[in-house]
Amino acid sequence: MLTKLWLIPLLPFIGFVLNGLFGKRLGKAFVTGVALVSTFGAAVVGTMAAFQYHAQYPEGERYVQTVFNWFTSGSIHADVAFQLDPLSIVMLMVVTWIGALIHLYSVGYMAHEDGYWRYFAYLNLFLSEMLVLILGANYLVMFVGWEGVGLCSYLLIGFYYKTDYAPAAGKKAFVVNRIGDFGFLIAVFLMFAYLGTADFGLVSHRAAAGVDAWLLTAICLLLFLGACGKSAQIPLYVWLPDAMAGPTPVSALIHAATMVTAGVYMIARSNALYRLAPDAMMVVAIVGSVTALFAATIGIRQWDIKKVLAYSTVSQLGFMFIGVGVGAFTAGVFHLVTHAFFKACLFLGSGSVIHAMSGEQDIRKMGGLRSKIPITYWTFLIATIAIAGFPPFAGFFSKDEILGSALSSPYLPAGVRYLVWGLGSVAALCTAYYMFRLVFLTFFGDFRGTHEQEHHLHESPATMTIPLIVLATLSTIGGFALAWHHTLAKWLEPIYPKIEGRESEFAIANEVPLMIVATIIAAIGTWLAYVRFYKRGLAADESFAQSSPAIARGMENKWYVDELYEAIIVRPLEKISLFFWKFIDAIIDGLAAMLGYIVQGFGDLMRFFQTGNVRNYALMLFLGVIVFMWVIS
Amino acid sequence: MIPTHYFLILSAVLFSIGVCGVLTRKNGITIFMSIELMVNAVNLTFLAYARQFHQLHGLIFVFFVMAIAAAEAAVGLAIFISLFHHKETIDVDEANLMHW
Repeated sequence: MLTKLWLIPLLPFIGFVLNGLFGKRLGKAFVTGVALVSTFGAAVVGTMAAFQYHAQYPEGERYVQTVFNWFTSGSIHADVAFQLDPLSIVMLMVVTWIGALIHLYSVGYMAHEDGYWRYFAYLNLFLSEMLVLILGANYLVMFVGWEGVGLCSYLLIGFYYKTDYAPAAGKKAFVVNRIGDFGFLIAVFLMFAYLGTADFGLVSHRAAAGVDAWLLTAICLLLFLGACGKSAQIPLYVWLPDAMAGPTPVSALIHAATMVTAGVYMIARSNALYRLAPDAMMVVAIVGSVTALFAATIGIRQWDIKKVLAYSTVSQLGFMFIGVGVGAFTAGVFHLVTHAFFKACLFLGSGSVIHAMSGEQDIRKMGGLRSKIPITYWTFLIATIAIAGFPPFAGFFSKDEILGSALSSPYLPAGVRYLVWGLGSVAALCTAYYMFRLVFLTFFGDFRGTHEQEHHLHESPATMTIPLIVLATLSTIGGFALAWHHTLAKWLEPIYPKIEGRESEFAIANEVPLMIVATIIAAIGTWLAYVRFYKRGLAADESFAQSSPAIARGMENKWYVDELYEAIIVRPLEKISLFFWKFIDAIIDGLAAMLGYIVQGFGDLMRFFQTGNVRNYALMLFLGVIVFMWVIS
Repeated sequence: MIPTHYFLILSAVLFSIGVCGVLTRKNGITIFMSIELMVNAVNLTFLAYARQFHQLHGLIFVFFVMAIAAAEAAVGLAIFISLFHHKETIDVDEANLMHW
């Protein structure tokens, strides 16, 4: 299977073509079959390829497979090539297996929706593009996947196209992502211009051989701009909360577990460039830590169950960027993996809650669901403990490693290290707080919905609970298993090219005390949530709104960032566009039209000679002959 | 012998009458006859010079001109018949469909 690497993205793509072309006609059973076979097939093929790779390359060398030459122009050369290396394999396992689980879940969740075939066609296409992104052997193939997942994200956010908000949210995601893609593209152009290649291996090699610092910093910052768009970091995070307009499994797969982590993957993939550009790393770390805290504060005061999780995702992505920003690339990827487990579990759990509540997403109308939907409750609780960072659950190990690395990073000045650690720790406190608030408000207390909703409450079917149980299990043991004896760190070691003085691994000072501090922080957050929401329920939110109305209103309205962007970017842009349309365009149009008017006027003049009267023509002929004679004589 | 320039003057007079006829008359047949007049004025010139220089070229040319005039008459009359079918008149001022 190793020699047929291209088969992995191709399988879901075939699923997309079959479902897209014939799904509507051949019915639900066919669509379900195609979707599940193609995704589980990709997962199985990917796993087999990974085992074969490990058998053939135990040292973790890069295995590159060129499918065909894409284009050659002068010295610029690009292949459509796929590669396997330890990092690709980590991503491959996460994407294919979680993707397959979520496909399975979707079968139950989407069973009663219109456009069942359309949904699975898009979801298969997404998986295919995501696999192109992580298996691509150079930045150009990666960019193809990068754009492909963006397209699928757009299509799936706007899946409920008959509503007002869903297509608008899709458009917003697409436009905001364009800004990031612009940065990515410029970075690739810079690579071609100054390094002569976009191949991952060659770029790292040539960068390490010695290039101007400004060039590396520019490339890294532009790549980070791309990552900001895709992975929802300040200032481009605004699309992700709106993206919750899509179906819930989509939020779990695309907007939590896989696509939004593409930016983290890309930076880990470019680790050689970043290690050579510490300035860019500092930017990444600071942006990551500010995003982590900023999004967490908004998450504290949202009432839509999916919005809370969306801001949580933005915040956790911030943690990943802290990881890769301080030079602990392994920790960043580690958090990416554990986050994929527990956040997918949380989103699927929220989907199960929404399913049980007949479509209700407002936690103010929930409450007391613990006994009604026990499997969902237990899996949700486990994932919450994991994200809050209690040992020995998954999130504890990765988050602790990130924050520990932030303090010990050799790449950042001391002040920045403490700042990043501090912001990250406060964000971790908020994480525990808002997640347990969500749990207490949703699953504890009295039921606050309508009588009809209460009557309809039911546990979800097996296709939905099985993925929940699998993911909850992974959230429990996944972190411990990967951290045990530094399994993941050893596995990923080969992806860091040796660069003198720019080590990829560094010892974390005071690891045990920091672990205890992290646990205490999580415990404080949980305790606060317990005191406020377990005991008082919604009343706690109201008293907060009364005691500090300004902060409460700010959090509720997402700190007015959307309004700010509206005022400083969208409106002026509209004004400028209007100006160009009404004035500049009118002038240019006028010039073009004037040419036409000149010709028309001349024609008007000339047509007086076309009288249609034969004798006039004869007279002209006669006069012409006279003039002719006069001239030649 | 009659001097050649007599013929030329007669020819010029005939030609001018023909031109005036073409430019002033409305009736298609009359215009047609005027054209014949112009053609024959030219023929007269040819013949006058042929006689003066004792050469056959002019005579042969006249035959050609007469043949072409006959062909022209055939086509022209056919056009006028067709015009008459459509308009019930052969007044050329009525045939002004191509005007602006």
